[in-house]
Amino acid sequence: MGELVGTSPCAGVLPLTIGDVQAVEVELGHLTSIAPFAGQATAASVALEAAHGMPLPKANCTTGKEGARAIWFGRDMALLAGPTCDPAVAKHAALTDQSDAWAAVTLSGPSAEDVLARLVPVDLRSVSFKRGHTARTLLKHMNGSVTRLGPESFLILVFRSMARTLAHDLKEAMEAVAARG
Amino acid sequence: MRLTCPICGARDRREFYYQGDAVALDRPAPGAGVQAWDDYVHLRDNPAGPRRELWHHEAGCGAWLVVERNTTTHEVHGVTLAMAVAEARR
Repeated sequence: MGELVGTSPCAGVLPLTIGDVQAVEVELGHLTSIAPFAGQATAASVALEAAHGMPLPKANCTTGKEGARAIWFGRDMALLAGPTCDPAVAKHAALTDQSDAWAAVTLSGPSAEDVLARLVPVDLRSVSFKRGHTARTLLKHMNGSVTRLGPESFLILVFRSMARTLAHDLKEAMEAVAARG
Repeated sequence: MRLTCPICGARDRREFYYQGDAVALDRPAPGAGVQAWDDYVHLRDNPAGPRRELWHHEAGCGAWLVVERNTTTHEVHGVTLAMAVAEARR
């Protein structure tokens, strides 16, 4: 059998630097969705904290840090990004490996907020959307997840099949923001 | 138009999918008879004014919501998790 070469979702379309904003694909490691069984959210959170050092995030929030982060991912669901999820958590929650299902991109730079303002119908300014805050929302016409990593930095997740659309939409918005000077 | 999702907060209408009248929460019993099922499946009023509808927060948290709004004034009076409505009836 031939040698298989892994290709990342945004290979060939990212990175992009336009104006003062950079869009760069990131490798988050394992991605596991954690959906606690009915009434077991607390037990699942305790198990996650014992295994990986962070509890399950509340709605619109993240826990953990770079390399091992739990991102709120919808109603009664979180996405563990980084380590392989400890099997102990599976006693209290449904775990699904989603490692190859998402394209992950960081958007950073002084105008990153302005770029996202053209794509996302949520107020992502730092006054209301602080570091560690996250939102399941739209990026133009795509469902996705947006998380603030720092003052000028965001993590964007969309379905892997939408990677090229994401790169295209980001490019258009970055060009439009840069054109305003 | 903005809807305040009980989980996510105030969000743009684009994130939501409109399902229609909240009649789906009042499913008749299996033996309720032809008339009750005909009403449930097919018959809808189309009044102008206060409505009680099901919306899906499709691009957000994924929750089904019961939205009370007025189609003549565009006021939104309340948004509740459909699950909370169903549980309150049990």
